[in-house]
Amino acid sequence: MHAESVVRAPLIYGDKNYHQITEDLCRPIEGKPTRLYLITITITACLMSWGLFMIGWTVWFGIGTWGLNRTVDWGWDITNFVWWIGIGHAGTLISAILLLFRQKWRMAINRSAEAMTIFAVICAGLFPIFHMGRVWLIFFNLPYPNSRGPLWPNFNSPLLWDVFAISTYFTVSLLFWYTGLIPDLATVRDRAKKKFSKFAYGVLSFGWTGSAKHWQRHEALSLVLAGISTPLVLSVHTIVSFDFATSVIPGWHTTIFPPYFVAGAIFSGFAMVLTLMLVARKVMNLQEYITLEHIESMNKIIVLTGSIVGSAYITELFVAWYSGNIYEQYAFANRALGPYWWAYWGMMTCNVISPQLFWVRPLRRNVWFTFFMSIIINCGMWFERFVIIVTSIHRDYIPSAWSYYAPTYVEISIFAGTVGLFLTAFMLFAKTMPVIAMAETKHILRISGDTQKKAAAAHSHSHEGSAMSFQVHKP
Amino acid sequence: MRNKFLVGIYSDEDKMIDGVRKMRENHMEVYDVVSPFAVHGLDDALGLDESRLHITGFIYGMTGTTIALSFMTWVFTTDWPLNFGGKPHFSFPAFVPILFEFTVLSASIGMTITFLLRSGLWPGRIREVLDERTTDDKFGVVFRINKKTTEEEISKMKQMLQSTGADEIKERELKNHY
Repeated sequence: MHAESVVRAPLIYGDKNYHQITEDLCRPIEGKPTRLYLITITITACLMSWGLFMIGWTVWFGIGTWGLNRTVDWGWDITNFVWWIGIGHAGTLISAILLLFRQKWRMAINRSAEAMTIFAVICAGLFPIFHMGRVWLIFFNLPYPNSRGPLWPNFNSPLLWDVFAISTYFTVSLLFWYTGLIPDLATVRDRAKKKFSKFAYGVLSFGWTGSAKHWQRHEALSLVLAGISTPLVLSVHTIVSFDFATSVIPGWHTTIFPPYFVAGAIFSGFAMVLTLMLVARKVMNLQEYITLEHIESMNKIIVLTGSIVGSAYITELFVAWYSGNIYEQYAFANRALGPYWWAYWGMMTCNVISPQLFWVRPLRRNVWFTFFMSIIINCGMWFERFVIIVTSIHRDYIPSAWSYYAPTYVEISIFAGTVGLFLTAFMLFAKTMPVIAMAETKHILRISGDTQKKAAAAHSHSHEGSAMSFQVHKP
Repeated sequence: MRNKFLVGIYSDEDKMIDGVRKMRENHMEVYDVVSPFAVHGLDDALGLDESRLHITGFIYGMTGTTIALSFMTWVFTTDWPLNFGGKPHFSFPAFVPILFEFTVLSASIGMTITFLLRSGLWPGRIREVLDERTTDDKFGVVFRINKKTTEEEISKMKQMLQSTGADEIKERELKNHY
């Protein structure tokens, strides 16, 4: 068996065995919902319903109910779209890229992060769909043989690339998430006592038995899906950034956009995973599975991506000055000093300065501080999208076309509604399916479990010679 | 037709793997192993061939690429050549994003469906479970018993399971193949 250094902190604390893992991770599903759960989900469901009602309102009365005008034709809708898509990046990043890098700590958070990806992409998709106005003509986006020629969509347009990118991303994330869930749902099925849950989980688990050949194929599938999802996750936000970068608007027309957007997406995605998982960890008693080491690892990724985002902001400013292009220079001066200065400085504070605090180890390992920071980062990333979108277009080339944009209550309600939708969907997921990948956690128990590691270390020390492999080399 | 199986239940995957190796060395045909997670080294011990799923993934992906490229080329050069700012009708670089996305989409949908069909998994498929603990913490080594299996062979299987550390041995008769 493959051993791991005792110097490395265990990923599973407590005296666990395989059965205990099943018990711990199935307990939240099998018990009755608590009062707190019912109250919270009622609130989020109300929020969601209000948002859906306002979407209906928009469809009925038209886009005129939003605060958009002739100059600012992309406002909160596209801001929220990019924000949600960014949040949806953590799931696939954790499952795909960290799988390829053999990062075992991903196993505590991958399942829930993938679920978040799916719900976030659903929330994101609502905005461009309902911004189209006549939403019943949405199929015009798709290349289907039609009676208008046939007239095809423009395959050279980044907006159409986005249609393909987002729908592919959603489908692949869903397949990845669900195929991973099948063995865990089978575990829940085999434990189920009630007839209805046995039947329901039986349907959902597709008749999984854990046969050796099935496991072999399952592993092959996961590895290939991870392999192709890695460029996919990078391509999605790259293509979202092309929506802006291929235009001729000062502040948008920059080649730095793809890496800058991808880093920002991972940054905000990890922040959202932290926000939800820090709560779930406490409420569902998962402290032994989602440990301080996991939180610290995520915070390290936040420092990395936050620093990339910070350098991108500064690079943009430098290039605006260095380009000698007065429109470009004005766009950036206007961001910092114009009527939307508060959004710019909010973004700078939340995204550039605050993540740097995570260089300090005790702060990286502080649960309350991390929770607070995760919310700050989510706000900062929302400001970033608002700054990029609204401040770049609200002062057009001709001063007579200058305008100011503020959202109406309809836009605010739809945004709040998507937050409600996201939280409701996540809470339903957490109550019906294991939030931590059970089979994978069992897989790493012997290598990364606390008790197992100590036993392995004690065992190797009792044999002379093999103890050498556990020595720490100090410089 | 009814299917009879002899199942040895193990609690320790290392003992189980060693057992499977020993059984195969003794020319016994281990029908299957059911486990709560993918046990590393088991494929080798059971002598399973490598899965060809990734090859199908490649084929599906390449099919997707071909469809997307030929379709976009046909639309923009033959069916309805539109002039977009004087750019070439066949503008390959602009096709790359959709080519990539469609390749990934075809490969992943195709592979997942192949995986499910090959493994006989679909929504609502109900299989009788050999032992409910094998999705929790136990590992089951399965022998198949048919008409040709002699009593002598069965007792050899039982003895082998016992000697390699099975906690429990049971015979199961299922209506359908599990």
